[in-house]
Amino acid sequence: MPKRTDIESILVIGSGPIVIGQACEFDYSGTQAAKVLRSEGYRVILVNSNPATIMTDPEFADATYLEPITPEIVARILERESPDALLPTLGGQTALNVTADLARSGVIDSLGVELIGAGFDAIERAEDRGLFKETMAAVGIESPRSRYARSMEEAMAAAADIGYPVMVRPSYILGGGGTGVAEDEVAFLEIARRGLAASPVSEILVEESVVGWKEYELEVMADRRGNAVIVCSIENLDPMGVHTGDSITVAPIQTLSDREYQEMRNEAITCLRAIGVQTGGSNVQFAVDPVTGRRLIIEMNPRVSRSSALASKATGFPIAKIAALLAVGYTLDEIANDITGATPASFEPVLDYTVVKIPRFDFAKFPMAPDRLGTSMRSVGEAMAIGRTFPEALQKALRSLETGRQGLNADPGERALRAMSDRALDEAVAVPSSGRIFQLGEAIRRGRTVESLARSTGIDPWFLDQMAEIDELRTELEAAGSPRSDLVREAKRMGFSDAQLAYLWGESEAAIRRFRRANGIRPTYKRVDTCAAEFEARTPYFYSTYEDESEVEATGRPRVVILGSGPNRIGQGIEFDYCCVHASFALKEAGYETVMVNCNPETVSTDYDTSDRLYFEPLTVEDVLEICDAEDPVAVVVQLGGQTPLNLAGRLEANGAPIAGTSPDRIDAAEDRERFSALCRQLGIAQPPHGTATSPGEAARVASSIGFPVLARPSYVLGGRAMRVVYSGDELDDYLANLYGKDQQAGFDLASAPVLIDRFLEAAVEVDVDAIYDGAELLVGGIMEHVEQAGVHSGDSACITPPPTLSTAARRTIVEATGDLARALEVRGLINIQFAVRGDDVFLLEANPRGSRTVPFISKAKGIPLAKIASRVMMGAKLEDLVAEGMYAAPGEPRFVACKEAVLPWDRFPEEDTLLGPEMRATGEVMGIGPGPGVAYSKAMMAAGSGIPEAGTVFLSFADPDKPAGARIGEALHGLGLHLAASPGTAAFLEARGIPAEAVPKVGEGPGDTVWQIDSGRVDMVINTPQGRRARGDGRLMRRAASSRGVPIVTTVAGAEAVIRSLRGAPEAAYEVRSLQDWHR
Amino acid sequence: MSSAFLVTADGEIFEGRAVGVAGVRVGEAVFNTSMTGYQEVLSDPSYAGQVVVMTSPHIGNYGVSDYDDQSARPAARGLIVRSLSRRHSNWRAEGTLAAYLRSHDMVAIADLDTRRLTRHLRDRGAMPVAIGAGVGPTELAELAAEAPRMEGQDLATGVSTPEPYRFDPDGDPVGRVVAVDLGMKRDIGRRLASRGLEVRVLPATCTAEDILGLDPTGVFLTNGPGDPEPLEHNIDTVRALLGAIPVFGICLGHQVIGLALGATTFKLPFGHHGGNHPVRRLEDGRVEITAQNHGFAVDLWSLAGREAPEQDGLAGPDLLPRQVTGDFGEVRPTHQNLNDGTLEGLRCLDIPAMSVQYHPEAAPGPHDALGLFDDFLGLMGLGTAER
Repeated sequence: MPKRTDIESILVIGSGPIVIGQACEFDYSGTQAAKVLRSEGYRVILVNSNPATIMTDPEFADATYLEPITPEIVARILERESPDALLPTLGGQTALNVTADLARSGVIDSLGVELIGAGFDAIERAEDRGLFKETMAAVGIESPRSRYARSMEEAMAAAADIGYPVMVRPSYILGGGGTGVAEDEVAFLEIARRGLAASPVSEILVEESVVGWKEYELEVMADRRGNAVIVCSIENLDPMGVHTGDSITVAPIQTLSDREYQEMRNEAITCLRAIGVQTGGSNVQFAVDPVTGRRLIIEMNPRVSRSSALASKATGFPIAKIAALLAVGYTLDEIANDITGATPASFEPVLDYTVVKIPRFDFAKFPMAPDRLGTSMRSVGEAMAIGRTFPEALQKALRSLETGRQGLNADPGERALRAMSDRALDEAVAVPSSGRIFQLGEAIRRGRTVESLARSTGIDPWFLDQMAEIDELRTELEAAGSPRSDLVREAKRMGFSDAQLAYLWGESEAAIRRFRRANGIRPTYKRVDTCAAEFEARTPYFYSTYEDESEVEATGRPRVVILGSGPNRIGQGIEFDYCCVHASFALKEAGYETVMVNCNPETVSTDYDTSDRLYFEPLTVEDVLEICDAEDPVAVVVQLGGQTPLNLAGRLEANGAPIAGTSPDRIDAAEDRERFSALCRQLGIAQPPHGTATSPGEAARVASSIGFPVLARPSYVLGGRAMRVVYSGDELDDYLANLYGKDQQAGFDLASAPVLIDRFLEAAVEVDVDAIYDGAELLVGGIMEHVEQAGVHSGDSACITPPPTLSTAARRTIVEATGDLARALEVRGLINIQFAVRGDDVFLLEANPRGSRTVPFISKAKGIPLAKIASRVMMGAKLEDLVAEGMYAAPGEPRFVACKEAVLPWDRFPEEDTLLGPEMRATGEVMGIGPGPGVAYSKAMMAAGSGIPEAGTVFLSFADPDKPAGARIGEALHGLGLHLAASPGTAAFLEARGIPAEAVPKVGEGPGDTVWQIDSGRVDMVINTPQGRRARGDGRLMRRAASSRGVPIVTTVAGAEAVIRSLRGAPEAAYEVRSLQDWHR
Repeated sequence: MSSAFLVTADGEIFEGRAVGVAGVRVGEAVFNTSMTGYQEVLSDPSYAGQVVVMTSPHIGNYGVSDYDDQSARPAARGLIVRSLSRRHSNWRAEGTLAAYLRSHDMVAIADLDTRRLTRHLRDRGAMPVAIGAGVGPTELAELAAEAPRMEGQDLATGVSTPEPYRFDPDGDPVGRVVAVDLGMKRDIGRRLASRGLEVRVLPATCTAEDILGLDPTGVFLTNGPGDPEPLEHNIDTVRALLGAIPVFGICLGHQVIGLALGATTFKLPFGHHGGNHPVRRLEDGRVEITAQNHGFAVDLWSLAGREAPEQDGLAGPDLLPRQVTGDFGEVRPTHQNLNDGTLEGLRCLDIPAMSVQYHPEAAPGPHDALGLFDDFLGLMGLGTAER
């Protein structure tokens, strides 16, 4: 069937900010969809609040709404644009939930919009667990025995009926939030209560626990003629009980016989048809009892999912693109498989390699949260690796994670494991955690049998035995004592890195590399082609392995290698991928052949048609140097992928790789405190008093000479890891002790990475600048003023551009300092600088001559493609030439105010205090646009999921030093018609100034205390500034209560002031929608 | 680790590790892209005379079980894999693949660059190879170069059952089918029996009289190895049956029917071997993902006296004739391979006969085409062929 001509315009809903459980995979899917739908001639309207997405680049849609993805706003967009159709299946759970809301409230019908991909019925049947089970039972597919409950009484009855252990799952929740397994009634009561609270429809499913069973997923594509294919099969190494997003997963399935696999396949297709998915990709999850083979269906997502992104990258089958084409009426056999060009998309990809995905965790940022994995997802990113065999792919994936490990142990990182007692190790192995794979490696090394480990972990013996083979080879390598050609080759075929071999043989990595090269042991590059070489492939998508034949062919054009940013982590996420993708686009256009290297399957950069060539490889010196050798590039771009490529830059350059733009030495000059301070002194740029310490004693001396409070942090970190504001000598001791304690795991070593100590400027405003320097001319992309005061990490703080409160003099100083630094650092490309401003005084906090997290935001706020410009400047172009080319126009008067707000993962870490500080913990960001800062901030808050209430009760609790400011805030809120409640101290302070506030007892001090007020829904917003670092128990409980109920919470005076600005800026203005194209017109 | 070699007829040398028995084997190398079902592949008699290269890197992962055997012993001459699992894991498993290979006297090689070999076969076409452990590549190269080609060899008779046997129907019998064993897989018998059919399996050497003497409701022509053209006896037998009794053929059986109708067959460049081949059902446009294993195909254009048109872009229905006249009346193509546009199924309009080139019984492979067994019931007048 050809494409539909009865629809002309389509609204595609994105997934909003990056949160745990919903990452940049939906940018990948939305971008693919928007691209292909436009090329088919449809008018594409797009809504997404996330500025760091490629899909929200204005050229990807006809109308791009950087607006909150809420039912009200999407309804406004539907009214304004009146599209013929709405495609809800490519924007994750967010898009599906908003669509379901709009369908339920009748908006979809009343506007005459057609849902394509999945109808409302299908969404409901898949999302409502009770309905899902009923639907499955009707077609003879077995699911775990269960009952659903809408109250604690119903929940208790259900659990009694099913028998423990039981699993509790809240309805309509993404990423498994609120899910848990209860072994007994005591645990059940707590988990059920949390689950009911977490579900937006107050419903939980109580079901037979299948924890420990084998877990599988199938990615299915269906078209409107009823054809269905399985794109990819995935087996979880971690059994049921660990959320799929937190599991190590393997493609294709390894431990099912054909009969079992085909039955599963039949059920997956039957499931899709029963749910009523008209077209597109769906993900179906199964559990299999390892002893009897009994198979249960667990769930299905009637949409493109995180697993779909993985499946696309694992197979080369572009699920999202094809899903979009199917949604507009094509059938699978009418769409060509891009990779072969000659065969249709109606086939099932076959793999002649093995894919391993490993999640990346950031537990170090959430010290209160235990490092244990369960049914609620906690990973913040993932790395994928391709090898011919599982051991090879596993070791490549482990070194792709960038957690300092070089593979499955056999590296310096194993020392902590080696030091564990047998008992501690055995206990640790039995509990799923972020480091369990390494513990398993160590347990095997200590002679634990595959059988015993399979028993204690539920991990299939096949995987464990493959790991045992790695360990056996390691033993052989150690016995050899020094490099031997045949052994090195065997080790490389099993995925050992040069760094591991260096460790085992006491050599340097460089020596191993020399040995390898001298003996002709080099990687070969094989193609990912969807068909196991059955057909000739056109698509240049490669992975390395050690085989006979390499498939990379030489080409004529000059090549540029772009190094990506690796797995998402807090502090380094989609923003950097955005920059890399832009570099690829710009350099392609300028006539270069672009070669992308990355290992993050969620990204647009690892889409095989983003660059001329894609290497799905770990970002290590070894792997990148081999690619450089195969490609012989004219330049290697390291500036745009965040800290990952920067960390490699020096060693790559030392080994002959041509680094594009600013030299690694100058980058180091900016990162090295001593060198940088000297430079600032020379340029006459003010810095807060500061010093560097390489021992606790020195740290104490530096701190006392500077004066408390100080900001302390280890050098060479991104995202403010382990950064803290320290108010006293005792706190400093604590802090350093913590660092020392952590050094094995986190790699902090005071001697080689000193602690930096700065005077903490209280009540200063922090400012970020992104600029480009071409050697002659400076382009200031934008100046962003933080909403939260200095001391809150820039990644966690809201910021606004143009800066609403900076004086003209301060702005001038900032621009001058930026130019001086760019010249002095010989920047060719991007530079990001942070300043603290008090009145007209400007202090330089830090400068980073590289692409920053704010590049996409500022690019969208100003309509200037900074990353594209920067990548051309790196290759020698001049800004004036780029203006002449029409790449951008010199920035004029801003047409709107843009606000970026951070999104924090408190719902996943209920143990954590939600207080903002110098250590970044945000997973993502949203953008709000308005004619002034008030509306922009309101929109950003709304998009971040915590809209500012226009009426109702605000609970106030201010620290003593903040009370005077608090009184102004209370007065303003009262004047705006909000009811005030307050802690006893704050209430008294307000009452004394004639501001009416209801005093609420402190936590635990009487009935109706603060937490109770919040829990019972009597509070619509919390403004709480902490009482210093020590006395915070009370505030912490309150903040936790607020975050678990989704009540907006502000923890800084500056934030509260921004709220007031918003409320004054006419709240209804926040509901007006306008596309980017319109704003820039 | 004892090294082993594979050498192709055109002299390419591949090195790996011997994991089967010692010895040398010569056969046509074919690659199979199925990601599961290695045991079914090895024991499929259609692989007689062939050295099977599995493109999926891990083989042996879930062990072997008697039930999965498609015949009494593997007909393949050898097995080439990237990695043979030393340990398997699956509740159904009864033994390891390594032990299975040894017990069936198979020569097998692991740790070989199977992708390089696959690309070579794709680009140069299926060709004889010699494999062996403890033998030098030079000697193997000579053996490979001298090996006979598949064309013109009657391999089916060699793998057919020497004695008749039967599958009892599940439940009440609804009819009786004679299956002419050209290299039959057990799952065919199971699929027919599960539909209430008594299945009488006869050797490939059986005559039309032998068949009709059993008073069957219909005749099933099975899959089998190699080139259909030398099977003159079977082609004649089928000519005697066509029009007299409903006939359904698959794989080699389909090719024999094609030849019996007067069409010709030809050798595909590197054959279809795998479980992911899209086949379009021409009557309604639905696509089935199918299990395939054949190196030859029927050319329906030969009945129209024309050359097949060249493929340009995705394979469309115009790559096949709409309808042709054969020795038994009108013939219509019913199924088409979407990768290369070749014929995947046909139906006679004037007599009760139909055939498909692929494997509706799967084992291994997707079950999308199981409905063809119901169509066969319909052809025999034993129920509707509604799907």
